[in-house]
Amino acid sequence: MRPMAQIAMVMNLDKCIGCHTCSVTCKQAWTNRRGMEYVWFNNVETRPGQGYPRRYEDQERWRGGWELNRRGALRLKAGGRFRKLAGIFSNPRLPEIKDYYEPWTYDYRNLTDAPLGGDYPVARPVSQLDGKPMKIGWSSNWDDNLGGAPAYGDLDPMVERVRREASDKVRFAYEQTFMFYLPRICEHCLNPSCVASCPSGAMYKRSEDGIVLVDQDRCRGWRMCVTGCPYKKVYFNHRTGKAEKCTFCYPRTEAGLPTVCSETCVGRLRYLGVVLYDADKVAEAAATPDERGLYEAQLGVFLDPEDPGVRRACEEAGIPYDWLEAARRSPVHALVCRHRVALPLHPEYRTLPMVWYIPPLSPVVDALTDTGHDGEDPDNLFGAIDTLRIPLEYLAELFTAGDVGPVRASLEKLAAMRSHMRAVNLGEESDPGVPAAVGMDPADIEDLYRLLAIAKYEERYVIPTAAVGDARQLEESAVPDTCSLDHEGGPGMGGDGPFGVDSGRRRLPLVPVENFHVLRRRQTADDEREAP
Amino acid sequence: MTIFLWGVLPYAAFALLVAGLLWRHRYDRFGWTTRSSQVYESRLLNIASPVFHYGILFVLAGHLIGLFVPASWTRATGVSDHTYHLFSLYGGTLAGALAVAGIVMLVYRRRTRAPVFRATTANDKVMYVFLLGAIVLGMTAKLSDTSGNGYDYRATIGPWARSLFTLRPDTGLMAGVPVLYHVHAVVGMVLIALVPYTRLVHMFSAPVQYLFRPYVVYRSRDPRRLGPRPDRRGWERAGS
Repeated sequence: MRPMAQIAMVMNLDKCIGCHTCSVTCKQAWTNRRGMEYVWFNNVETRPGQGYPRRYEDQERWRGGWELNRRGALRLKAGGRFRKLAGIFSNPRLPEIKDYYEPWTYDYRNLTDAPLGGDYPVARPVSQLDGKPMKIGWSSNWDDNLGGAPAYGDLDPMVERVRREASDKVRFAYEQTFMFYLPRICEHCLNPSCVASCPSGAMYKRSEDGIVLVDQDRCRGWRMCVTGCPYKKVYFNHRTGKAEKCTFCYPRTEAGLPTVCSETCVGRLRYLGVVLYDADKVAEAAATPDERGLYEAQLGVFLDPEDPGVRRACEEAGIPYDWLEAARRSPVHALVCRHRVALPLHPEYRTLPMVWYIPPLSPVVDALTDTGHDGEDPDNLFGAIDTLRIPLEYLAELFTAGDVGPVRASLEKLAAMRSHMRAVNLGEESDPGVPAAVGMDPADIEDLYRLLAIAKYEERYVIPTAAVGDARQLEESAVPDTCSLDHEGGPGMGGDGPFGVDSGRRRLPLVPVENFHVLRRRQTADDEREAP
Repeated sequence: MTIFLWGVLPYAAFALLVAGLLWRHRYDRFGWTTRSSQVYESRLLNIASPVFHYGILFVLAGHLIGLFVPASWTRATGVSDHTYHLFSLYGGTLAGALAVAGIVMLVYRRRTRAPVFRATTANDKVMYVFLLGAIVLGMTAKLSDTSGNGYDYRATIGPWARSLFTLRPDTGLMAGVPVLYHVHAVVGMVLIALVPYTRLVHMFSAPVQYLFRPYVVYRSRDPRRLGPRPDRRGWERAGS
């Protein structure tokens, strides 16, 4: 056993209202720079929908993740080491910026500078790639709330797969359709294919907390990671020529603070906590022959922090005591392993992702209530799960490689929780058969209810700091003096150096340029020479 | 002039190359990248870039053989001068044609695709002039004399190149060389000197170690990076 710790996330999709606050705050914190205009480390997709970048789940085209070779061993879907080096001069599987969307701004100056004339001046959209006027045709959430779904909904790769098996399940006609939101960040996988794809060895998984990062000093811009990641969550900064990705806000998590997306989540649907896992079992689990067994296999990799043997092994492996304690209180461990309501996103990519999702249940209750039945009556509810408005098959394509079993089990637990808690709250006698039907006892159910419905900040985000010994220093760094990217050679480095964009150590204030004060000055200056 | 061109310039170019690489490694690892423009335009690049790169690698191999393998060695292995010449003529021309076709397509792409052109720096343009110049001049020099065994550079340029290693360069050998070869060699040496100061530096990060490392890399946190970093010059917070 080689125990390691990872800070992981669970998102409760029932609560996501698709407000995009997480995306916007993440963008403001991390990617509001030139070269990263098109990048959203966190994005919220409406499902069914094509996602961002468009159709990223179509791995026959993008070749992300791992597959098994004929001998049953793992290999990168985009090709092994030799193939990577032989094809290093171009990467035919690389999404272009236009597969994400062409970033634009508006010619605002025209609003004030346009000469007097008969027409009302307008701010035309201007491409941020070539500076020319453009027609906006797509964006990171163009199909938000099923926009255009009757025409383009079929382009969702998961819809295509569901159609193949149950063609009547997915409809885009009004009143027959369904949707839910899927917020996505980097999965910080246990078996990251982006790391494995990097020829330079610039990408790595941090051994302390499992966060996957790009070493900006070692990245040489080969772009293999972008292809390697099946979730397309590694991005190419087209200005600096380097890869960048979600950092799990490590400057914050190191100090015990939740990530920006979690902190600002309006629906409070995100949970952060430590998960212990056995690094020796990772490769074996990822090579599980049956795609549908990958969910169970990944559960088998996780370690139980209550087990004395595990605790001893963790101590020997140098995992700090406060991390072990955090693992015991971890909401993520509870939702993933104890209650088993959270499921991984696309386990079939064999990367063992570490951002898990509780599938959405709500529409079934509404649908049932609409037909005159009592939506929270247990008899109706369990029966109705198979006729959910959101087809189980669609959820299963997302979360369990098509196996509806775990999705149904998770939804039944959520339904049982509602039914049980309604009885409790109305002072009725709760039916002990309801928890038993989903393999839980009333105490479990109430624990799950507390976690999903009531859990306060400290219960949702159980994050041990980087090191107790540095506690004081870390406390100070929680609100850092400078941006965490401002170290030498960081991606915040600015300016057009003599050796290309962003080279050298010239201190051009790129990150501060984009901050609030400068933005304000630029927008309120009367003369463009005054503006920075 | 002969001494400067054939006795000083090679060493100066080499010194600039080494010094530039060290300096860049020490002070500008962040700028050390291919600066790929593939995210702007992929279709042309997918054809042009491999064509150019494989072409130029063969050209490089040809130069290494031509300059640093003495004629006596190839004769000793039983390769006649004529066979050698045909081999170098056809092989070299093929490799050169690949490189020229590739780079012409790449320059065309760079000029006509607006986002790519916008991402082109002055430094890139200078580099392209020397790179294109060196390749075209080399092809011209080689193809300008194909009669018989062609120009026998293995009696003049080759020994001169090898004499550079002895630190006593035999500059006299270069005196009778056709002027096209002269210009090609000078442009080539300037190009070598330019490598670390342009995007060409990416040739020195060929990721051979990828073949030998484990797939998943684990690294520990840098203990010095735990606290807040001090403000660096030019990075003071704006608006204060």
